[in-house]
Amino acid sequence: MINRNLIIILLLIFFPLKATALIKVDITRGNLSPLPVAVASLFSSEEDKKKLNKELKIDDIGLEISNIVENNLQQSGLFNPLDKEAFLQKPDIAHLKPRFEDWALIKAQALITGKVNLQDNRLRVEFRLWDVLAGKEMLALAFTTVPKNWRRVGHIISDKVYERLTGEKGYFDTRIIYVAEEGPKTQRVKKLAIMDQDGFNTKYLTLGNELVLTPRFNPTNQMVTYLSYFKNLPRVYLLDIETGIQEVVGDFAGMTFAPRFSPNGKKIIMSFAKDGNSDIYTMDLENRIVERITNHPSIDTSPSYSPDGNYIAFNSDRSGYQQIYVMKSNGKNVKRISFGKGLYGTPVWSPRGDLIAFTKLHKGKFYIGVMRTDGKGERLLTENFYQEAPSWSPNGRVLIFYRETKTDSKGEGFSAKLWSIDLTGYNERLIETETDASDPSWSSLLSN
Amino acid sequence: MDLGKIYKNIFVVLFFSFVLSACATQTTTKKMDGQMQGDVYTGTDTVEYLADGVADRVFFATNESVLTTASRETLRKQAAWLRKNSEITVVLEGHADERGTREYNLALGERRANSAKDYLMTYGISSSRISVISYGKERPVDSGSNPLAWSKNRRSVTVKAN
Repeated sequence: MINRNLIIILLLIFFPLKATALIKVDITRGNLSPLPVAVASLFSSEEDKKKLNKELKIDDIGLEISNIVENNLQQSGLFNPLDKEAFLQKPDIAHLKPRFEDWALIKAQALITGKVNLQDNRLRVEFRLWDVLAGKEMLALAFTTVPKNWRRVGHIISDKVYERLTGEKGYFDTRIIYVAEEGPKTQRVKKLAIMDQDGFNTKYLTLGNELVLTPRFNPTNQMVTYLSYFKNLPRVYLLDIETGIQEVVGDFAGMTFAPRFSPNGKKIIMSFAKDGNSDIYTMDLENRIVERITNHPSIDTSPSYSPDGNYIAFNSDRSGYQQIYVMKSNGKNVKRISFGKGLYGTPVWSPRGDLIAFTKLHKGKFYIGVMRTDGKGERLLTENFYQEAPSWSPNGRVLIFYRETKTDSKGEGFSAKLWSIDLTGYNERLIETETDASDPSWSSLLSN
Repeated sequence: MDLGKIYKNIFVVLFFSFVLSACATQTTTKKMDGQMQGDVYTGTDTVEYLADGVADRVFFATNESVLTTASRETLRKQAAWLRKNSEITVVLEGHADERGTREYNLALGERRANSAKDYLMTYGISSSRISVISYGKERPVDSGSNPLAWSKNRRSVTVKAN
């Protein structure tokens, strides 16, 4: 629904002739000197402002959109948005032709300008990205959408800017599905919740009548798979978040759990527990055919496909303790890849294909880390009392996960929160949520 | 000098034995008051009873689903009670502590409940009277973040279903 309402109509006004000489942001290492960027308020006519205020109850939508862009760029850790108070040139004039000296004077290296107006009750937005030092336009785009999508406009601009400056796709026009938690630790009430990547537009998808866990997005559409204890029968469910229609996945005589989609979105891979033994199964969502992938008396769980669909990483205790294994998608050639000290769980294949993120427990501490798909090159990104369940941003640059706090001597002070960290190990951030939160899963980009 | 050291050691040993004897009664009561053997909970803090003398739960070591001697004794009592009350059906609820990943803990809880189920079956209880559910780490009885709390949470609880 959202995608149909958003049409990018004008792919650019002027493209730069030579891109090579222009500014570029290196995202492969921890960025200790983020690029100073000026994000001017998008300007609009007084008349449009009034109309939009009536519809959306926002005084200055152009300013709000520019704030979304500033916040996204700042959260990425790669950019340092400058204070608008310092700007010397007015946004409407700058959008036509920036006086680059003015922007250079306040130490901006990149400048974003734009305008918003109403056209046949649709929001028309255009923006430009300028290289201040080279004195050149780097990118210009215009698009229309329904006014209520105005926050997404800010995210799409952020993605385009990020992509132009880093050379990689952004991750701002995305959503996070997670489990919202409330109540005492021994009686947690859990609901499925979804929000924009920046924490806005939170919606609750279940009422909290039954326990729900581990929601995951389909990488190709707006379907979600998760575990629900509906009627006290823990089973994997499939939910269409646009229609709200849900169904049980398969007909298993026991608990199914740890679901994820295949990269093409056509299969669900999950664990099925029977008689004390958990093995990995897939179900094809089109023909409903169920296939058993592992057959081993140990616990096999937390399966995750490689992005090409040819391999599966999973968690097994067949060596005696929880370790990470990789096998072909037909279950053949099982190889253990985690050999460091401690226990390993929750392998998740990077969308770029080169890394597997995991949770590690060693000497009473929990770590989120990454290793290459052959298990070499292990890097621990963050250490804490309890944290687990990393999920990749669609560009494979950021991991989101959840942390739980240690309770005090009275058993109080428990909380669960979402956090993110860059692949570099820098830029660790708390993701604000309305309630406590766990089990985050990052969607694909909503628009491209 | 050597002699001095020896005297010092003797003094330390004597001192400790004095402290130990002084506290002997206290330590025993503390142990009986619900502690752990290895890291398996042996206390009765959280235990409820299905019938007189028939405890409802058994406890496990970290990452384990093996039944201890005490657990087997508890389950034999449950089996005897179930044989006497043949109309009763039960759910075995398997649980894990908070020190593990959610998905693995779901599998572990299921494995624990099934090891209790298998034991009940070897004592003549039909599998049709026993169902199993795992809650993983979702339903702790003790909200503490310490080894004792975790030991109480690693459990399989037999609950009357009818």
